[in-house]
Formats: sequence, C-alpha cells, structure tokens
Amino acid sequence: MRLSINGKTHDVDVDPSTPLLWVIREQVGLTGTKYGCGIAQCGACTVHVDGAPVRACSLPASAAVGKKITTIEGLADGGTLHKVQKAWVEHEVPQCGYCQAGMIMAVAALLKEKPRPTDADINASITNICRCGTFQQVREAIHAAAKA
Amino acid sequence: MTMNRRSFIVSSAAVTGGLALGLEIPFGGPAVLRAADGSPEVNAWVVIRPDDTVVIRMARSEMGQGTITGLAQLVAEELECDWSKVTYEYPTPGESLKRKRVWGDYSTGGSRGIRMSHEYVRMGGATARDMLVRAAAGQWDVPASQCKAEKSVITHIPSGRTTTYGKVAEAAAKLQPAKDIKLKDPKDWKIAGKSVKRLDTLDKVTGKQVYGFDLKLPGMLNAAIKECPVFGGKLKSFDAGRVTGMKGVRKVVAVGETAVAVVADTWWQAKTALDALPVQWDEGPNAKVSSESIAEILKAGLDAPQAFVGNENGDAKGALAKAAKKVEAVYAYPYQNHAPMEPMNATARWTSDRCEVWVPTQDGEASFAAAHTASGLRAEQVDVHKINLGGGFGRRGAFQDYVTQAVNIARQMPGTPVKLLWSREEDMVQGRYHPVMQCKLTGGLDAQGNLTALHMRLSGQSILAAVRPQIVEAQKGRDPLTFQGVADSGEHAFGYSVPNLLIDHAMRNPHVPPGFWRGVNINQNAVFLECFMDELAHAAKQDPLAFRRKLMGNHPKNLGVLNAVAERIGWGKPAPRGIHRGLAHMKAFNSYVAAAAEISVEGGKRVKVHRIVAATDTGYAVNPAQIDRQVAGSFVYGLSGLFMQECTVKDGRIQETNFNTYDSMRIAQMPKVESIIMPTGGTVWGGVGEPTICVAAPAVLNAFFRATGQRIRSVPLKNHGIELV
Repeated sequence: MRLSINGKTHDVDVDPSTPLLWVIREQVGLTGTKYGCGIAQCGACTVHVDGAPVRACSLPASAAVGKKITTIEGLADGGTLHKVQKAWVEHEVPQCGYCQAGMIMAVAALLKEKPRPTDADINASITNICRCGTFQQVREAIHAAAKA
Repeated sequence: MTMNRRSFIVSSAAVTGGLALGLEIPFGGPAVLRAADGSPEVNAWVVIRPDDTVVIRMARSEMGQGTITGLAQLVAEELECDWSKVTYEYPTPGESLKRKRVWGDYSTGGSRGIRMSHEYVRMGGATARDMLVRAAAGQWDVPASQCKAEKSVITHIPSGRTTTYGKVAEAAAKLQPAKDIKLKDPKDWKIAGKSVKRLDTLDKVTGKQVYGFDLKLPGMLNAAIKECPVFGGKLKSFDAGRVTGMKGVRKVVAVGETAVAVVADTWWQAKTALDALPVQWDEGPNAKVSSESIAEILKAGLDAPQAFVGNENGDAKGALAKAAKKVEAVYAYPYQNHAPMEPMNATARWTSDRCEVWVPTQDGEASFAAAHTASGLRAEQVDVHKINLGGGFGRRGAFQDYVTQAVNIARQMPGTPVKLLWSREEDMVQGRYHPVMQCKLTGGLDAQGNLTALHMRLSGQSILAAVRPQIVEAQKGRDPLTFQGVADSGEHAFGYSVPNLLIDHAMRNPHVPPGFWRGVNINQNAVFLECFMDELAHAAKQDPLAFRRKLMGNHPKNLGVLNAVAERIGWGKPAPRGIHRGLAHMKAFNSYVAAAAEISVEGGKRVKVHRIVAATDTGYAVNPAQIDRQVAGSFVYGLSGLFMQECTVKDGRIQETNFNTYDSMRIAQMPKVESIIMPTGGTVWGGVGEPTICVAAPAVLNAFFRATGQRIRSVPLKNHGIELV
C-alpha cells in the first residue's frame, strides 16, 4: 500500500488492517508518534490526516491511502518550528514529553480550525491524557501560540 | 568481579551509606580518564570538551520531573561554568560499579534526586573548578589565589590574562583534587535557585527524543508478552503451532514460569499473534480473591488486637474512654495503577559472554541487578544503558520485571536484540499497585471542644513486606513506611501535637503486588488524617483552620505552609457565591506542604475544582519554575486518583485494562493551580516530586463537605456517582 507521509511517498507491505500508528512507527520508521492505549482514549498517537487530527492507533492504515498524513516530524517547516512547537519551548510545557507529540498535533489542528480558541474551545477539543499533568502550561502555550 | 543479586544490593547499600555520611569520594586523580569522544574528565561529574562544552554526568534518572536540570544547576553553580554550554549524559551502571559507585545512588524515587545528592554533586563542581583554576595558574606560573573563575573563563586578576575551561581541562585532569573545598552559601547562588530553562525540552517537541520504546538496533526483533493475569499463577501451556505461520512471527517462547511471549519482525505482528495464541494458565491459590473478599479482611483488621505501633504518646485508649465527646469514622483507599504514558519496555541483546540492556528506568542499578541475575553471566559481562522515560511515578524503580523478561527472551535468541513492549492492557494488569488501606479514626473531645485523644488504626497492605522484606524483618514485622506523614519523627513526621495519641497498623497483605505509587503512603494517610481533622472540627463546632492551629504550636513549618495557603485563598473571608473551600497540610519527604481548594458542586454530584493554592517549603528551591510544574502535575495525578481510579479485583486478577475504565484527568478538568514556593533553608533539603500530591485530595474532600454536608470516606469518588467536570 502507498502512503503519503510528511510529503513523501512510502510503499509499505503490511496487512491492510494494521493501525496507521504502527505503520508509521515500524514500517516508515518515524517514532515521534506514540502508543499509549491502542483504543483512541489518550491521544498520544495523534497525527493529521488531510489536516484533521486523527488517533492513529485506531485507524486502519488502508483508510489513509490517498490522503495526506502529517506526523510530528513533519510539523515544522524545514528548520523553522511550527508556532505551537515554539510556544511549547517558550513555556517549557513538556515534563516527560511522551504525550506531547500527540498533544502538539491536536493543538496545531485546533488552531487551524479556530485561530483564537477560547478556554471552552480548548476544553472541548483537547482531550489528550498527560499523566505528568502539564495542562496548566498547555493552556498557556495554546493561547501564546494563538497570538503568535 | 562476581556478585550475586544479594551481595550487589548489600554492597550498594553500604556504599550509599558512606556517601550519605560524606566519607571519601574519589575525585579524579593523576591518570586522565576520558569520555567516549576523548575529552578529558576533570572528575566523575565534569567532562570539558575543547570547545568549552561542559558535560555533566548524573546517575539519577530524568522522567519529566526536572531533576537532571536541577542537578546540573548545582554542579554548574560551583563549577562557575557558562550555563549556556552545559549538556548532560548518563554514565552506565556498569561503569559506575567498575569505579566503586563514584556517581552514587542511581535510584530515582522517594523524591530523592536532588535532596539526597546535592552535597556530593556540588562538591563535584567545586572540586573541578578548583582544579581548573590551579591548572591555569600553573600554566601562567602565578599563585592560584590570584585567579578567579567565572562563566568558564579563568582570569589572572593582577595581569588581566584569561583562558577558558576548554583550554586547561587536559592539565586540570592531571591534578590531585583538593580535599578542603568549601561550598557556596546558597544566598550567593547565581544558577542554582533560579528558574533557568530545562536542558531537555527541544527534542520533546519535535519527535526526536528517543524513549525506551523508540529504540532501534540493527537486526532487532520485537516481542509482545502476556503474564498469568492471576498474581501467583503460572503458565501451564500454549499452542505455538497456531501462530507460528502468521506473518512476521519468529518464535513463541515461555518466559520464566509465568509468562509467554511472541517474537516477531514488528511489534504489531507480535501482538496480533499473541492475541491469537491459545494459552492455559495454572491460576493457583488466588483465583477466587475479589475486592470484596480483600475488603472484608481489611475490615477485620480495624478492630484486631494486634497492630504495629507507628506513633504513640500518652494513653489514647484511656483518654478516649473518658472523653466528653467521641467521634469515629472509617475511611478506605483502593488499589491504583501507575499507568505512565509509556508502557513498560526493555530491549536486550544476549550472547554467551555479553548481555546489554536498554531500558527506561528510575534506577539503573536495579535494572543492572535484574539483568545480571537473568543473564546467567558475570557482572562485568553485563551493562545497562538508560534511555529516556515516558513517565515513571514509582513503577520503573524497585520493580524491574520487564528487564528480567526481556533478558529471558533474548537468552532464547542469542545474538539477536529483542525489544519487549507491554501493551497497555498488560501494563494495567501487571502493575505494582498503590496498596489498599482502610483506616478507623477515633477522636476524643473535651467539654470545650479540645482534642484530647486520637487513635488512628490503619489496616491494610504493606509495600515493604513485599518489596524490602529485610527492613520489615529488622523492625520485627513492622513496616515503618506505612506511617508516612503520621510518623513519630523524621522526614514524614506527624504535624500535630495531641496529648494522647496512638497510630497503629494491622498489617493485612493480599496477593496483589503492591508498589511505590507517586507519594506512596502519604496519599491515603493525608486523606484519612486531614479529612478526619475536619470532622473533629465540625463536631467541636470550630473552624477547621482554627481547630488545627491549636494543635500545631510545636510544628512551625507545618503551620507556615498552612497559614500561607489560608491567607492566599482568603480563608475566613466570604467565598464567591457557590464556591466552597477546604484545606489540608502534611510533612512528606522532608518538605512541608499545604493546599487550599475552591470548588463548586452542581446537583450534589458534579464537582468543579476551580482553584488550588499550594504552598511548599522544600528547604531549598533549586529551580522554582520546575517545582511549580511538579506541584501542578502532582495534583493532576492525585486528583485523577481521587475521582476516577480504582483497580478492582475479581477472580484474582485486575479488571481495569485501559484508560476507558481507568480514566485520567484532561485539560478541561484542570484547576488553576497557584503555587507558593517558600523555602526556609536550614540543614535539611526536602523533596519535590511527591509531597504535594497528598494535600489536593483531602482539601477537595473537605470543600465537598462544606458544599454538600456529605462526608465522603472512600476513594475513588466515581463509586459515589461523583464526577469531576
């Protein structure tokens, strides 16, 4: 099957039911996208499929054929960090950092849809689990990125 | 050098004791030791590259709590180096062992990363600075006393000549370290004590950071594992023939006596085959145990005649019999799982003369001991490479079951690196759980409403009996850790003076394996004690803060943090309409912590936590911004536990297998956290990662009582139909 990830085409030989997450990690070799639950609960595996945030652990790779997939590795524009990544650095959001790739992808998608999200918008859209509990900095950094 | 696991642990403890007493620590020496890139090591902590980069080497593990940045700040402070040129690396436990544990203890739990290493890491920085200055003075042929170091530049003051650390590091490494170096007074700190930026942020926002589960090695295979879900049960049989033909599957192996693993080209293939593998378990004697049967056993302990005493003064039982008013309540706290975002994993490569393990670990030496035992090799044939952790919270320190499993699997495929990753489901059912505990509290009030007697009877599980039985044995069966936060003295001392006091523990140990869960036993002890203090105040018709203050005259630091949160939250002044307040405090891991919460309750069941003010007196604050994040983060962990989390037991096994039944707080539920960091100095340094976790839950429960008149005495609140919104 042929997948378009971060602007590159990848031909992969997998069972079509394999979740997109594992194809990205194990066949394509991009390990920034994480596994946390496998049942679309935690959001650590969030990627963009045609611009929309998707929990890649629960999407069969075959469903992403012909679509534009973006992972955390493809979010920056060459050497320039995406404004969400910049805000994350500036506000020192990550603790262990494991969930943050998924969190950042979810936030980047939110800001595309709602460039100036309210707290209520954030509460409704950002449902990723972070066990370190970085939410206070996540919220600050979302508002900062929105203003950037 | 050969050592078995026992002698390793014993010698580790002996050396740790030596370090704690400030006994001799080897600081460099005439023969220059070199880092992998050839740069000279000034001493064990400090490697300086020719371009002036300072590589600070640390044994403790970074798992998000910021300890590596904090420790590097302490080294850099004394080293007088340029902070912008600091980087860090982890020495391997094998290297440390060869060098007589020069980096000290690897264990990163018990909030000890900074508080128990600050002295020797600062000394490491100071000793290296002295050697660098002397090396420069030697090259200029001037007295070292005429030279000063600042931001990695050494200046000869009379002549104004300068050189840099990178230029003299080679010469410095050849000098004998001085033994009489004096550490700075913390009031003169320039790097430590400041909210400098963490050293490890950038790679975490680009996906570049390599966690244990991201590791790739040439020729590596992947393993998925299933261990007998009934603790104490064994693997009976499996039918490998049913899955060996599946795509990518390389091998199906028994792992010890209790587990089976599938090894495949990719983890998804391994997991898919494992799910299809027919497995028979010998469930053993625990297959009928349930949460209900465990609760019955604990309940009986609440009135049992035998109990271990943790804290006693006066005659509590006698005074209770004479009290004008008696108040009694029974509380309960459940099993909870750590559930770090990155499930357990380890990668191992084994041959008949070498075993290497790559593992996200809170304790590299414990990983080493597990790898050594499982490898069947000599200690010098084994090493462990620490990788970044996707959270730890106590699951990845004392317990190294995943390392044992990975080595066991790799031994069955010599020469092939195998990465073992647990599914979330495996992680949930093979935890080392926060122990179950019940508590009966009985308080006696005199006619004026003064607390004259308190009996706090704990009944439940001991962590140390399972994990460190030698400590329990030395205490004639008692587990001293059970009394965290209510102990008679020490880093977890009780924060009140009660004329007649008895705190005792009827130990009841079910078969579910217990572990150190962030905060450990302060979580339940703070709920028991601090909610009951509110109950007593209510019975005495007194304000909860005023009631507490009367018992805290001998506990000025506890009182200091409690007063700080009371003042900031506006205690005693009217709260905004619909808002209700509660507070709590405790001493834990040598820090004094308090919280005051503001909540509202809709329909008696829907709780919004609007704001928590938290005060922390850690003695010294190395990086206030990171302490702030630990405080807020601890509330997410603690409030998730309070509202949402219980691991229930049925048929001897844990029933909750993923975040759909074991939920965790989201951003919408996050209160505004205001932390007051108020270090009061002194000779004792307190911890940061864990202490505050315990005060959020009782502060919220006390506020809930004020909002609803309903006293909730068992966790989690979801069992009462109460929801965090």
